[in-house]
Amino acid sequence: MSASENVAIPATIPQAVPVRRGMPAWQVALVVLGGLVVAIAPAFVLESFPLFQLTMAVIMGLAVLGLNMVTGFSGQISLGHGAFFALGAYATAILMSHLDWSFWATLPVSAVVCGLVGYGIGFPALRLGGLYLALTTFSLAVAVPQILKHKSIEDWTGGVQGLFLVKPDAPSWLPVALTPDQWMYFVAVAVAGICFLLCWNLIRGRIGRALMATRDHQTAAEAMGMDTATLKTRAFAVSAMVTGIAGSLSAVAVEFVAPDSFSLMVSITLFVGMVVGGVASILGSLFGGLFVLFVPNIAEAISKAAPGVIYGILLIAFLFILPDGFAGLLRRVAGRLRGRG
Amino acid sequence: MDGFAHQIIAGIATGGIYASVALALVMIYQATHHVNFAQGEMATLSTFIAWSMVEAGFPYWIAFAATVMLSFLIGVLVERLLMRPVQNAPVLTHVGVFIGLLLIVGNMTGWIFGYTTKVYPSPFTSSGPLMGGLISAHELGSTAVTLVVLTLVFLFFRYTSLGLAMRAAAYNPRSARLVGIRVGWMLALGWGLAAAIGAVAGMMVAPVVFLDPSMMTGILLYAFAGALIGGIDNPLGAVIGGFAVGVLENLAGAYVVGTELKLTVALAIIIGVLVVRPSGLLGRVVTSRV
Repeated sequence: MSASENVAIPATIPQAVPVRRGMPAWQVALVVLGGLVVAIAPAFVLESFPLFQLTMAVIMGLAVLGLNMVTGFSGQISLGHGAFFALGAYATAILMSHLDWSFWATLPVSAVVCGLVGYGIGFPALRLGGLYLALTTFSLAVAVPQILKHKSIEDWTGGVQGLFLVKPDAPSWLPVALTPDQWMYFVAVAVAGICFLLCWNLIRGRIGRALMATRDHQTAAEAMGMDTATLKTRAFAVSAMVTGIAGSLSAVAVEFVAPDSFSLMVSITLFVGMVVGGVASILGSLFGGLFVLFVPNIAEAISKAAPGVIYGILLIAFLFILPDGFAGLLRRVAGRLRGRG
Repeated sequence: MDGFAHQIIAGIATGGIYASVALALVMIYQATHHVNFAQGEMATLSTFIAWSMVEAGFPYWIAFAATVMLSFLIGVLVERLLMRPVQNAPVLTHVGVFIGLLLIVGNMTGWIFGYTTKVYPSPFTSSGPLMGGLISAHELGSTAVTLVVLTLVFLFFRYTSLGLAMRAAAYNPRSARLVGIRVGWMLALGWGLAAAIGAVAGMMVAPVVFLDPSMMTGILLYAFAGALIGGIDNPLGAVIGGFAVGVLENLAGAYVVGTELKLTVALAIIIGVLVVRPSGLLGRVVTSRV
């Protein structure tokens, strides 16, 4: 009002001006609402098998997100994330079948276990640059089924036979009666949604920028005062945690875990999903999940070997033509449209 | 004691295979600073090609020679078509191309030749037991073949001008180019040689483990371990490392962890070497300026 009030604010203190780039609030609300509809509708539209597939696609997307956190954003190439996927799945399976825990109770345990193991693996990973880390994690991925089959832990893991689980039933307090398949879908979407939101929050903030700076130029990042070792090991922990949670979800969604379902192919699938979806892209991880679930199904109609061949060809094609993946393509298309409009 | 001696000798025989694959890995590493994850799958494909030639009635050694030459061509082609366009791309891209190659070659092999295990003939037979039954004719023969290959590779690099040109291209590409060496083709030759050596290793191991599309996955892992023990930039070290891993794996499998965890032994060796002494026992310690 009066001039003296304005003067009272020292010019040196920056004011918190809400800067909104891009969309106004009503558009944001519309996008959120649309997203919710897209997320909820399939549960009531799809038959139970396609719904199960969609559930698995969401779960794979979450696992790819985990891989993206360490390989995409932190630049540490991992070809062994199937190991964390297996660890999460087995953590949940063992707690549910041996100790009769409820599924929800096993999630935090699985997250903590995978996070700790990932943190532990992050330390030797610090000493191994690029290719060596890829090599080591590759051998980890090859060794996983053998370790799971080993006799000394057979009492817990069920050995070659694996463990059977039962999907949790939908709680009775819900207004609509849901089948276990529908409920499982919502559980997967909700858990994945929370994880995506948390990762997005982590990446767009201070820590995310520090991670990417470390990835792009470690020496410069160190010179700027970033603790690159801590950043990298913690990125590994977060990554393992997210992929482990995806593993837990997959264990209950499939209702079965066995050593041979966690072969090298799982790790490679996650890697393919990451490249195709978009390296260092949060939303791209979801595309990756959809891709790795639905493309092999289509390809399998041709031959048993076809999914692998098509994976390989598409992987190389993407690296050559679209190195920033599907998400990069969308970004470019959107950019061009905006430029014209 | 007899059992122990047999384990060691069997270890040396399988170690010879690991040594050849390790040598193939080191060759590519020296030329391009890449570790080819698809080396095992490429060797398996070569072995299947040899198998179909033997099945078609060709004499063993003709099939052998033809396969080695064909594998050499495949290796050169892969470098020209897949690696050359991305040679300046980040490591992640290279790893991605290797994985893509692994998927394509591995699954194509299964697609064309089927997933049933096949018996691959051994060229080495004997009428009686050798060395008091300690070693089979095939073990002795394949070790000999391995040693011959290693000697040839050594002679090639040490005494031919092409070998010298390849070493120059790997050691200092820019200067090599200035004195008129076609560096790009040297890399392709390196890939070809590696594929040919891998093919020999595949044909030597197939009679032991039986032929199927996933035959080399484990072997590749041991070869990695061997190459790392010896130092990934040292061919002689890789060979010694390969033999060492063979013996170690056999002893550990027989006396310590049992056969179910043999692959985990390779994993433990890889992690152990990389963490304790990343340059290997015989490798150069690289200090880089930042």
